[in-house]
Amino acid sequence: MTRVQKIALVIVGLVTLASLAAGLLTASSYSEQFRDAISAPPSARFPLGTDELGRDRFARLLYGTRVSLLLAPAAALLSTLIAAIVGGTAGYLGGKWERCVTSGIDLFLSLPWLFLLLAVRALLPLNTSPVTSVIITFLLLGCLGWATPARIIRAGTRTLVHSDFLVQARASGVSGLRLFWRHLLPNLRPILLAQFWVSVPVFILSEANLGLLGLGVSEPLPSWGAMLRELENYSAILQNPWMLAPAALLIAVVCCLQLALRTEDRIPC
Amino acid sequence: MFRFVRRLLITALLGGLLGATLVRLGPGFGVDERELDTRLSSESRQAIRAEHAADSNIALFYIRYLNGLLHGDFGFSRSLNRPVADLLKERLPLTLGSLAYGVFGGVSIGFALALLTVWWRGPGVDLIPAALSGICLALPAAVIALLFLWMGAGGRWAIALVVFPHVYRYAKNLLVATYQSPHVLAAQAKGLSTSRIVMAHVLAPAAPQLAALAGISVNLAFGASIPIEVICDTPGVGQLAWKAALDRDLPLLVNITVLVALMTLAANSLADLALNAWRPAK
Repeated sequence: MTRVQKIALVIVGLVTLASLAAGLLTASSYSEQFRDAISAPPSARFPLGTDELGRDRFARLLYGTRVSLLLAPAAALLSTLIAAIVGGTAGYLGGKWERCVTSGIDLFLSLPWLFLLLAVRALLPLNTSPVTSVIITFLLLGCLGWATPARIIRAGTRTLVHSDFLVQARASGVSGLRLFWRHLLPNLRPILLAQFWVSVPVFILSEANLGLLGLGVSEPLPSWGAMLRELENYSAILQNPWMLAPAALLIAVVCCLQLALRTEDRIPC
Repeated sequence: MFRFVRRLLITALLGGLLGATLVRLGPGFGVDERELDTRLSSESRQAIRAEHAADSNIALFYIRYLNGLLHGDFGFSRSLNRPVADLLKERLPLTLGSLAYGVFGGVSIGFALALLTVWWRGPGVDLIPAALSGICLALPAAVIALLFLWMGAGGRWAIALVVFPHVYRYAKNLLVATYQSPHVLAAQAKGLSTSRIVMAHVLAPAAPQLAALAGISVNLAFGASIPIEVICDTPGVGQLAWKAALDRDLPLLVNITVLVALMTLAANSLADLALNAWRPAK
């Protein structure tokens, strides 16, 4: 791991810690309204000012970061798990099941990810409670984001199934379950981990897109996507540039995650 | 060729069935705002309910839809009160134009930057393109649309900005990997100029995969066109898809799903064909 990658991970870690310690870093709650300070500029009391409803933007940003940064990995874990089961069994069993799974993956990949997400999210009632909307949004991300990782895991499993050590293990009479558990799964771990980490920034961005379209986390619960809706008021941003704080934090965290994951070739001089 | 077209059609129709099933299973399906109108008589309300009852059996709806499709009937959008064919005819050219601009722009910028990075090799040469692509990758498409809206620029260029970082990263890695291959080392040892090495020995072998990349970008561009058209208020298919999803408009959503699946599958298949056509015979 390079120095830049370590710094990027430290930044993500610090942001996550700050969001977890939101209760200690700010006295206000994310939904508390200060009617005496509506659309107030930054001050010692409100470091990022207040929104149109008089809510502390700094508190909302911290709690929103908590929602986005904790639930995106949870959704990534779910999608990786589904992908591991679907792609892993397809690669391991082969035959008709593999052909069936490959067709399913092709079908899912033929529809743009955001279109699918939008269609499914829009079908759910708009009057769901804020907590339910958070769970639903990230559950959907997890349930619909399995196709790309499944394709990679299937290919990885297929390569492993035909590798010499596995053929030898099978020839030595190792049972199917033991073969899968002791020999296949540990060797698939790097692919699974890579797919998990690649999915996290994708899910953070998808939630942000959904939030901006009004289909993300419901009010008053904050998330990065929900907070970005303030950006639609262009004239207000010119007067209150601190409204850009959620966008800046989102870009910083996603950039750091991408830097930490970067494994590209260097240019020969 | 027949198998290819058959596979294309089956996948697209399955996509439509998937879309229809999702709408049918969604809570609130069959609820019509018109029923809230107190001026309506009970017979009128019954007639509205009967309209929805016809769609409640998803298998029957889909068979009816396919039958209509064979006769050139795409159905009727209840939320917009117009035939789906008219809506698609009106909005498709705009979206196709935006996608063409977006994909062409994104691929051109990404590819040009990747080529420049490989051409002028050296420490720190790729710093600015890498930073640019990193920032663009970290921006949700909807925020890019907002930026373009503030600047008064069209949504089509916002699509290019979504496509470019993906193309740049892939193209750069591909060109760098080709540059490190033994035949390039041999060309360097023979004293060939950088321009000749890049054009004849790096670009030429990588060309099929770069062409395939343009095909794959269509899917990405269409996904981005939804939030971009919604935010920029562009009356295209992306915005129509958003409206169809929000209004639970089954005929509209099924048609858009089939159309989108067909478009992306055709683009991916064209990319595959390009890849195979350029591949040297063994």
